[in-house]
Amino acid sequence: MMTDLRSLYEEVILDHNRNPRNFQHAPPAANHVAHGYNPLCGDELSVSLRLENGIVTDIGFDGAGCAIATASASLMTESIKGKTVEEAKALFESVHEMLTQQGSAGDLGKLQVLVGVREYPARVKCATLAWHTLQAALRKEQGTVSTE
Amino acid sequence: MTPAREILLHTVPVDVFDTERIRSDFPALHQAVHGQPLVYLDNAATTQKPLKVIEVLDSYYRNDNANVHRGVHALSERATAAYEAAREKVRKFLNAQSPQELVFVRGTTEAINLVAQSWGRANLRPNDEVVITETEHHSNIVPWQMLCGQTGAKLRVVPAEDNGELSVERYAQILGERTRLVAVSHCSNALGTINPVKQMISLAHETGAVVLVDGAQAVPHLAVDVRDLDCDFYAFSGHKLYGPTGIGVLYAKMALLQDMPPYQGGGEMVKHVSFDHAIYHDPPLRFEAGTPNIAGAIGLGAAIDYVDAVGIEAIGRHEQDLLARATAAMAGMPGLRIIGTAPEKTGILSFVLQNIHAHDVGTILDMQGVAVRVGHHCAIPVMQRYQVPATARASFALYNTREEVDVLVAAVYRAKEVFG
Ligand SMILES: Cc1ncc(COP(=O)(O)O)c(C=O)c1O
Repeated sequence: MMTDLRSLYEEVILDHNRNPRNFQHAPPAANHVAHGYNPLCGDELSVSLRLENGIVTDIGFDGAGCAIATASASLMTESIKGKTVEEAKALFESVHEMLTQQGSAGDLGKLQVLVGVREYPARVKCATLAWHTLQAALRKEQGTVSTE
Repeated sequence: MTPAREILLHTVPVDVFDTERIRSDFPALHQAVHGQPLVYLDNAATTQKPLKVIEVLDSYYRNDNANVHRGVHALSERATAAYEAAREKVRKFLNAQSPQELVFVRGTTEAINLVAQSWGRANLRPNDEVVITETEHHSNIVPWQMLCGQTGAKLRVVPAEDNGELSVERYAQILGERTRLVAVSHCSNALGTINPVKQMISLAHETGAVVLVDGAQAVPHLAVDVRDLDCDFYAFSGHKLYGPTGIGVLYAKMALLQDMPPYQGGGEMVKHVSFDHAIYHDPPLRFEAGTPNIAGAIGLGAAIDYVDAVGIEAIGRHEQDLLARATAAMAGMPGLRIIGTAPEKTGILSFVLQNIHAHDVGTILDMQGVAVRVGHHCAIPVMQRYQVPATARASFALYNTREEVDVLVAAVYRAKEVFG
């Protein structure tokens, strides 16, 4: 049973929850910001980034959420920095597919640790919250996205 | 009888609570979740159902199914008799004066909306005041907000104390000559606090206000006597009382019900209809437009029979024993904070763990077969009051055991272990 637990709460996830990367980091001259909210659990986070010539040069997040939401946001900021908008959108699609579709193969590198979440349907929204918020930020939507 | 046997009989207390026998009445309890025996501690959300209730539903649909109050045929008469017999069971359960004071509704939520839209719209004027408390469930907040928006009345909120209690003094300060209605929960679903409703009702009556008591979290745990409380309205849901979902009750004093306009229009609630006007039925049918949840009402009657047979006082004592055991174990756990520590509580234990979000606690407990509720418990203002995003909540029922409390405690320790 503890091994089952570890399949969700992998060491990498626990580490990113304990020491989230780019957390409470507000990129200087950030030009895209969005706020995300999961009404089911009250998790809230904001993503802010600097977009220069179609490339995400800096990104940070802030807020409060469970380990899955926090680790996913932390891993996301690491993997998005330096990506173009198109690459970021493609990555969102791949992560979304990994989290929601059984048997989706592919290798998303470090992000692959999130695959365990797919066995916990109630928790998928925790893992996707940061990604939806990123999407909203890239679309330069103002205000709040909701996972509901 | 041998003397030894006689002594034994006299030393065993008559009210020994036989959880093993009770558990055998609840089929859903006997299953494994993630390979572990289910420990169901989400009873404040909804309770499991005893076989008696399941069988009554089955038998009704197999044998008696017909519409009520409208047929002369045998099945309709049987269904009507069973439906009205259930109303009488509710009357006895709440000690109401007459079965006509009990309206079958979908649940607590619909009962409160009925009062807001029928009594409230007919009686509230701009700048009148509706008083609620900081510890209410969303269903005892939003209908009053809507009503205030419609009538120009104002919502006043009694603040909660740090331990989850309501201060009668602070409540009394908020009551005033503009107060028309007080809506308060008998027991808080997020904290477990048993509120001093009898005293609150009497103070409200002194200022001429009527009082609605949300009894969703009270009727499964303590004896409720609406005449002793002298409340004007009392609402509860069947599904938290071992009955089916989709059925609940609004109790209202007959003098109020008689003057209230209908909540919904349709069949069943009218004596006569022409295109000019309709003549409404007397209560309670006036408030039961359309085909009601007949099976649900009959199932609720069976649930009340079950609770009566075990005894509500015995159930309350048993749950208090479980609460005390869980509280003692949890209170000593480093990094754990219990939210809601009033001296008078039902079997509800809400808690947060340092550095572990309630959702992670919920998932880790679920992996060990332990079902608790995590989140804001439809009481976001309560979460804000105690400055937590969410809590984990274990809530006890008559079929829970001390062993299950120990499994819960061990599972929480596991969660702490995983997160280091
Ligand atoms: C105190 C309280 N009031 C009202 C409700 C709403 O009950 P229902 O959803 O059955 O209408 C609940 C149930 O969650 C509750 O705990």
